[in-house]
Amino acid sequence: MDKIIWAFLIGGAICVIGQILMDGFKLTPAHTMTALVVAGAILGGFDLYEPIVKFAGAGATIPISSFGNSLVKGALAEAEKTGIIGVLTGIFEVTSAGISAAIIFGFIAAIVFKPHG
Amino acid sequence: MPGKRNKELNNEQLGYLKFSGKLEPKRKIFSNCIKAFITGGTICVIGQLVQVFFKTYFDFDEITAGNPTIAVLIIIAVILTGLGIYDHIAQWAGAGTAVPITGFANTIASASIEHRSEGYVLGVGANMFKLAGPVIAFGVFSAFVVAFVKIVLKELGVI
Repeated sequence: MDKIIWAFLIGGAICVIGQILMDGFKLTPAHTMTALVVAGAILGGFDLYEPIVKFAGAGATIPISSFGNSLVKGALAEAEKTGIIGVLTGIFEVTSAGISAAIIFGFIAAIVFKPHG
Repeated sequence: MPGKRNKELNNEQLGYLKFSGKLEPKRKIFSNCIKAFITGGTICVIGQLVQVFFKTYFDFDEITAGNPTIAVLIIIAVILTGLGIYDHIAQWAGAGTAVPITGFANTIASASIEHRSEGYVLGVGANMFKLAGPVIAFGVFSAFVVAFVKIVLKELGVI
């Protein structure tokens, strides 16, 4: 139960950061998402993102910043096993589910749905 | 928007900038932030509930339950996008729906649906990543730099 409250608070807080970037700094949504992904990657590099995931659960894994963290995590984990080339082979390892799901279901949506005005 | 190019403008243009700036509606940052907080938090709570569901009824642990959770949220977001509901929520929620992974799925689905009339290869295939592409490109590049620097520092014995 605790985790659900923390998921709400942390997930909401990350979205507020996004909203401030959009309204306060007048960034487009694409710039905002990009900034959060890069921030997630940098936090992941300093091992600062995992602790947030530990206590906030989905509150930290659902926002797009976790995408950056997962990319770094996959690259580092694979590099540990196979050396420096692992950065290239492992970078999509953790995020594969998200990207493939988005492509596959996005494509199905294009077949099934018609554009709305 | 007043920027560094203001020096090149003549008086009339500067006057217009001032005038249009006055008429531009003020962004309600505070209420927008609250809306973003509520919707973003709610989406994460739904994610947390799905994750608990996968952990309880299937053979997943804390970490592996993350992937099916993200897949489920993406499916929901794509269906809501196709039905035109997601955009309605997004208009109210702002960053609350753009920042979670559902926003990422929404950009891919909406771009695919929108460009379907141009054909499946050049329409859907080519435009699918129009909005999500920057996120992946910058994510991968920054992740590469971070991982590379970290490995080099480790090799050198700094960390």
